[in-house]
Amino acid sequence: MQAGDIAASGPGAITKPRLEAASPRYGEKLIIGMLAACAAISVVTTTAIVASLLVPSLDFFGDVPIGDFLLGTDWGPTFTPPTFGVLPIVVGTLSITLWSLAFAIPIGIGAALYLSEYASRRTRKLVKPVLEILAGVPTVAFGFFALVFITPAIQDLWPGFLGDGPGIFSALAGGLAIGLLIVPIIASVSEDAMSAVPAGLREGAYALGATKAKVASRVVLPAALSGVVAAVILATSRAIGETMVVLLAAGNTPNLTFNPVEAIQAMTAFIATTATGDIATGSIAYKTVFAVALLLFAMTLLMNHLSIKLVRRYREVYE
Amino acid sequence: MSARFEPRTARAQVAIAGARGVTAGVLSDQPRRDVVRNSVFASLLFLAVVVGLAGLALLVGDNLVKGWPRLNADLLTNGTSSLPANAGLRSAIVGTLWIMAFVILFIVPVGVGSAVFLEEYASRESRLARAVEVNIQNLAAVPSIIYGLLGLAFIARGPLSLGFTVLTASITLALLVLPVVVLVAREAIRAVPSSIREGSLALGATRWQTTRRQILPAAVPGIATGVILAISRAIGETAPLIPLGAATFVTYDPSGPMSGFTAMPLVIFNWVKQPQEEFQVLAAAGIVVLLAVLIAMNSFAIWLRNRYEQRW
Repeated sequence: MQAGDIAASGPGAITKPRLEAASPRYGEKLIIGMLAACAAISVVTTTAIVASLLVPSLDFFGDVPIGDFLLGTDWGPTFTPPTFGVLPIVVGTLSITLWSLAFAIPIGIGAALYLSEYASRRTRKLVKPVLEILAGVPTVAFGFFALVFITPAIQDLWPGFLGDGPGIFSALAGGLAIGLLIVPIIASVSEDAMSAVPAGLREGAYALGATKAKVASRVVLPAALSGVVAAVILATSRAIGETMVVLLAAGNTPNLTFNPVEAIQAMTAFIATTATGDIATGSIAYKTVFAVALLLFAMTLLMNHLSIKLVRRYREVYE
Repeated sequence: MSARFEPRTARAQVAIAGARGVTAGVLSDQPRRDVVRNSVFASLLFLAVVVGLAGLALLVGDNLVKGWPRLNADLLTNGTSSLPANAGLRSAIVGTLWIMAFVILFIVPVGVGSAVFLEEYASRESRLARAVEVNIQNLAAVPSIIYGLLGLAFIARGPLSLGFTVLTASITLALLVLPVVVLVAREAIRAVPSSIREGSLALGATRWQTTRRQILPAAVPGIATGVILAISRAIGETAPLIPLGAATFVTYDPSGPMSGFTAMPLVIFNWVKQPQEEFQVLAAAGIVVLLAVLIAMNSFAIWLRNRYEQRW
């Protein structure tokens, strides 16, 4: 506050104190600008991703009609003559995702329910961090494990009446390894949601005579459903985008089938095998890679959007 | 979450268990069926925990057993070689260290800056803040291989044209893990009670002085957790480096930001792809080394978080 302000207000008037700073504080403004610039980097990254995918893709769709690409069932962009029907590798990705979820959903949600409802405080305090630590195991380790452990194990244990067992590469081995990889995500995120269910709901159910199993399956699970669904969608998007495991264990043969014992090619595996450092910018292979990546990006974006929407819509707010 | 009364002495426990049993027997309609159902249900859930943990334990154990013959100092000091007997991780370790140095230089200021901006400066209605928030959520879900294509099209070639160098790999990985840092740092900043913020502002400190001297020091453990988790993620990532030309053989030790690069997971990936049995042993040993580094880092991060959680 400056003396001039008070003198100017005259006798008897209530002085209005000046609240703004005495100096213009250019430093502060500069800092705000710098922080905003940091935050803007994420927007720039998204823009760059979209631009880098879109530009070669548009070029690609100039050569290949978009209908042929999305609905074609013949995938051989490096063959002569090349074919650009993307369905076989989309189905490959979906098949892998399906088998991984078939494994990871029951295990992950079961583990979450056990940790939140049955485990003692000590067990929970031990197992939860272990799950979080294991979520950091590099994916190349899962790929190697699928190749040298899961595949031989399935081949040994394969029951004959189901027909031929899997070969060296199969959607099943890749799916199981990815399932193992996403179990910690599902378990950890679902457990957070279940722990957030207020004790009052449980106690109310007990007071009405419900058994522990009923409380867990009919009260806690439904009450935490939005979190559980979000966990599953998060895991699905992880499975769709997973590269190393499918590259090492699921094979590189485009194959329009959901049969788990056959070798397939997933979208990410196609990208990783085709887009190596020596790929020529502007070649048809280069453009194809970006078109497939754009489709992959759209799929995971859709999943993410779905998860945010679902959680917002069905979130039960307690307290 | 159980609100059961926990008796202290063994006698009290027996007495209460007996009383519970009698009460349950008298009051419930179908005790036996429920007891059976309950225990079947509980054992199924327990089985889920066991299967999940056992699968992951098998992964670690299998690599340890298979890689055991090669787990020695030579593995860390030998350079790249096409002969399995002479091959080691030295170039890969040097490369990973170089890449991570630049990743840290990038993600710490940018990640913390974004988090501070979103939590301390931006208003909820600010268009930039909302755009950033949605963007970070979406970026966290983008498959890592797509970051590799971004690196190929925008950083190695195109606008930045840095070539297939350590710096290209660093920027690509930094962009990939940035959402992790921002999300965790925001949470840490949000956990600082507003009384501290308001107290500082009331004493006449400016916004930045408050942030710099009060908020950030209080949030350091949380921010450090986020940074460590992000780095450990970056160390283990292979897929985004494949389009950056790293599938080719780098036979020298990377020596600076503009040198060609290699990294631990990449070398392991190359070993896995080799047909010779010896390379499989080497790959398993390499995975054990990588796992040891990552598990140590993640454990430290989680310990740090739990240690400083809810101090207020």
